[in-house]
Amino acid sequence: MEKAGSAPSNVKPPLWVNAEITFRCPLHCLFCYNPVDYAHSGAELSTDDWVRALRQARELGAIQLGISGGEPLMRDDAETIIAEAHKMGYFITLLTSGVGLTEQRIAAFRAGGLDAIQLSFQDSTRELNDFLSSTRTFELKSKVAKLIKQYDYPMVLNVVLHRLNIDHVQKILEMAEAMGAEQVELANTQYYSWAMVNRDHLLPSREQLQRAEAVTNQFRAHVGNKMKIYFVVPDYYATRPKACMNGWGSVFLNIAADGMALPCHEARMLPGLTFPNVKDHDVRWIWHDSPGFNAYRGDSWMKEPCRSCPDKVKDYGGCRCQAFMLTGDATNTDPVCDLSPQHHLITDVVEKAQNPDPGKPMTVHPIVFRDDKNSRKLGEKHAVPTPAAAPVDS
Amino acid sequence: MSAPNIALDSVIELQRQYRFQYEEAQKAYVLLYPEGLIRLEGSAGEILKRVDGKTSVEGIVQDLQQTFPGVELRQDVIDFLEVAYGKGWIRTK
Repeated sequence: MEKAGSAPSNVKPPLWVNAEITFRCPLHCLFCYNPVDYAHSGAELSTDDWVRALRQARELGAIQLGISGGEPLMRDDAETIIAEAHKMGYFITLLTSGVGLTEQRIAAFRAGGLDAIQLSFQDSTRELNDFLSSTRTFELKSKVAKLIKQYDYPMVLNVVLHRLNIDHVQKILEMAEAMGAEQVELANTQYYSWAMVNRDHLLPSREQLQRAEAVTNQFRAHVGNKMKIYFVVPDYYATRPKACMNGWGSVFLNIAADGMALPCHEARMLPGLTFPNVKDHDVRWIWHDSPGFNAYRGDSWMKEPCRSCPDKVKDYGGCRCQAFMLTGDATNTDPVCDLSPQHHLITDVVEKAQNPDPGKPMTVHPIVFRDDKNSRKLGEKHAVPTPAAAPVDS
Repeated sequence: MSAPNIALDSVIELQRQYRFQYEEAQKAYVLLYPEGLIRLEGSAGEILKRVDGKTSVEGIVQDLQQTFPGVELRQDVIDFLEVAYGKGWIRTK
């Protein structure tokens, strides 16, 4: 058994790199998973920095590459980064809102070897799509969907589900089918970052969730192999935690816009840990030797009830960020687990979400949209997102 | 068991969201698709390596028998391709 903080000897290579090439985004989605204080993060990496870091990760064994953000198309070197990554042998998916995806750019991505495009919609209706993203983007996204098919790309449609749109799952799936999507991700909101701030607006009721799952299963039977539908359940409705990132520092390497290398999108919030920057360190050292990536590998950091639990090899104690956000200690059991002495932190919120009126928020506090102004304010107030107790934007 | 989808004269290809390649770090063939990865163990990799949208299933079997002489693998190949079809990895042309 290794000592806490020492490097376990059996570290496998990363498989999946998520490159958040920018935090800039023309959309203002209330459930965005970028850090709430992104406006305080450092300068973006240069093209050369990205290419070097991706090459180092590929040499370690990484295969899957997500080019995301923010909105990755905000960078005009996305084409260069993708073309270079393609030469390295990555399977590359562009994760985009569609804003900025012109025919000229999609042709360049095609030529450069981009493999797939994941297009996000916020809803099947223009009204709610545009409200949730606080932009007028529905028509534009619909045009982009056509462009993606025109360029013969496999299309992955991603729709983040929550209390305000989950009752539209049937329409959302019909829209996906009409667009010719090969893959649909109905991703229930997980409560981090901006989604945590807006949690009382977003958490669906159990009845909403069950209905949406039933509709999804019926639709699966209807489309068969033509369209793969993933339905990601919100972990608040589970009794055992998700195997977050398939284990800390196990397969996933997130590189943020400022170059910070992280074991997940959210780990930047954890106190007492220092995460390395790809500008200063080789990815091999980052992955294998940096204290940040070794902090929660293995199980020597675990406390009870995880430590003696047979499920620890399946769920790794759940999510460190969620444990920290909700209990104040990242080494606690994820409170989603019903064996956690703090499981009530989840069930109290879930109970509140059952009433009175699904489809309507359970709070009178206004929605906090993701934008630079709110980010600067949230960055000053607290590093850890908590549900908005009072309007941020007065 | 449902009706077979794969016959000896079927010509098959990968569904277009999939990419097949050898990964040195894995020491294995893999199937890649948007945000996913399937590691293909021994024979699965050898079979899919020969799926090119031109060769029939019979052609794939014969090629495998040349590479691995003395092994009766016709039924194994068909069984695997049925599974791959069921999972949506491949389609018939």
